[in-house]
Amino acid sequence: MATSSSLAIEAHGLVKLFGSVRAVDGIDLAVPPGGVYGFLGPNGAGKTTTIRMLATLLPPDAGTAKVFGQCVVREAKAVRSRVSLTGQFASVDEDLTGIENLVLLARLLGHSWSQARARGMELLEAFGLSEAAARQVKTYSGGMRRRLDIAASIVVTPDLIFLDEPTSGLDPHSRNEVWGIVRALVAQGTTVLLTTQHLEEADHLADRIGIIDRGKIIAEGTAGELKTLSGSGSLHVRLRDPGCRVEAMALLGRHLGVPVTPESDPAGLSTRLDDTERASAALDVLAAAGIQVVSFSFGLPSLDEVFLSLTGNQAEGGANSGGAT
Amino acid sequence: MMDSPRTPDLTLSPALSRHTRPRRPSALSCSLTFFWRVMLKIKHIPEQMFDVVAYPVMFLVLFTYIFGGAIAGSTTEYLQFILPGILAINVIFITIYTGLGILNDIKKGVFDRFRSLPIWQPSFLVGALLGDTVRYAVASILVILLGLAMGFRPDGGTLGVVWATLLLLAFSFCLSWAWISLGLVMRTPESLMAMSMVILFPLSFLTNVLVPVETMPGWLQALVNVNPITHLVAAMRELMFAEPLSASIGWVALSCALLLLVFGPLSVRLYRRKR
Repeated sequence: MATSSSLAIEAHGLVKLFGSVRAVDGIDLAVPPGGVYGFLGPNGAGKTTTIRMLATLLPPDAGTAKVFGQCVVREAKAVRSRVSLTGQFASVDEDLTGIENLVLLARLLGHSWSQARARGMELLEAFGLSEAAARQVKTYSGGMRRRLDIAASIVVTPDLIFLDEPTSGLDPHSRNEVWGIVRALVAQGTTVLLTTQHLEEADHLADRIGIIDRGKIIAEGTAGELKTLSGSGSLHVRLRDPGCRVEAMALLGRHLGVPVTPESDPAGLSTRLDDTERASAALDVLAAAGIQVVSFSFGLPSLDEVFLSLTGNQAEGGANSGGAT
Repeated sequence: MMDSPRTPDLTLSPALSRHTRPRRPSALSCSLTFFWRVMLKIKHIPEQMFDVVAYPVMFLVLFTYIFGGAIAGSTTEYLQFILPGILAINVIFITIYTGLGILNDIKKGVFDRFRSLPIWQPSFLVGALLGDTVRYAVASILVILLGLAMGFRPDGGTLGVVWATLLLLAFSFCLSWAWISLGLVMRTPESLMAMSMVILFPLSFLTNVLVPVETMPGWLQALVNVNPITHLVAAMRELMFAEPLSASIGWVALSCALLLLVFGPLSVRLYRRKR
């Protein structure tokens, strides 16, 4: 295990109360530098509050947190000079143009006017926003806004960047762009801490994932480890003819030796499986019986399913996610 | 959906690789950058200058022509008396928008970003105030130009008017810190507005702005004479009409110092604690 001085983030028993609500209820973290650490959890789990404490915006009510060995409360200024924050809601100024936003931040970070402008243009170019440079941010699309937001966070490349739900509300294309940016950041040696509600996103980007629920980290590990924790993968099958479902369920149950459950979709059924081989065997079984399949997927359990297996509770509102596709 | 690029985007890398961090900017530099932000906002949303333009015209024209004949016998005569005071309460009324502006600004997401920067945090407040001082100056110039067109003829000449205006701007800058403190304490813009009005109305009208203090009953004179705005207006009149300076200018300086000493640190403290 890394020693405390070499960790990017180290937290012990972090607590934040809002009135009588324990928004963050004793979080321990040890994030090594480099790579992506993902916070996965539903709305209100305490992800944003934790990030705000780590980014020196909110003092913890109990516990300690260090960023690159410096205390987020006592050495806030030193911490601020090494981190950057991209909030859940656009942390850029909507009334200003794209270039004005970047020049503003570059100036506040110590660049001269000419350097600030050059750096701003360079970033807009790299993020595909050159043409929108002189437009007010309020006219930007969601994806453009998010890219500008991330660009604003790396005017001076930080050692650690916090991305709070960087892809929420984005279409798949914009989301892939943001994923590309995150990977490029990591390749340059920046540590990334991101929050997400989507297991798929955490799986794609994060080296380690902490699952947060009700202010606590209830599981932590690599995506692979978490998948094992939550049991097995899900196999979802949708038949052409809903009338064949009973027959298909019986067939699969017999061949795979696992319980098969009907889905709310009258033509859908699902089951839990450990490996792809058995999943493809299931296809063969159905094909041999002449039952036509419209769609077939095998993949990660959804966040709901992970939560179910980890907490035994139904995840609270907003936790449903597109796990398997 | 699963096949997004695993390799980093090549066009991004050069823009990301700049690891050199420039020297941390001074408090003054940051304040000026935030001041620039306020100027940009005025450029992009010129409507926000409406109050700055509307109040002066409204106050000056209404008061001069309604009260002029009754109070001074002639509107031109009254204009000489009322202009410095109208100028003062005009700008002072605009100062409450400073607190309002900051209250609205810190609700936005961009505020979090400013808070997470390694800068002298109160520079955000100083920059906002410097920007507002420009608004106060615009309002002042408007009142003076309108006054001149209506027949205002100060004996102190251009220099006297400029000094009087600078004195007013300095007082307004200091007074604004009080509204900033209030803005950081109040939860909603509406309650802030209501509170500011409750304070400002008596403060503006229990003065020598509209009528000479000598015409008031004794108990009221006592009250009016401790009002810093009375002294501000008296000093402005002396400067504009090249009269010998009384102790009023000293009282104004003292009020400025007190406002700044009390509400400056208080605002900074409240600001640091915010959220």
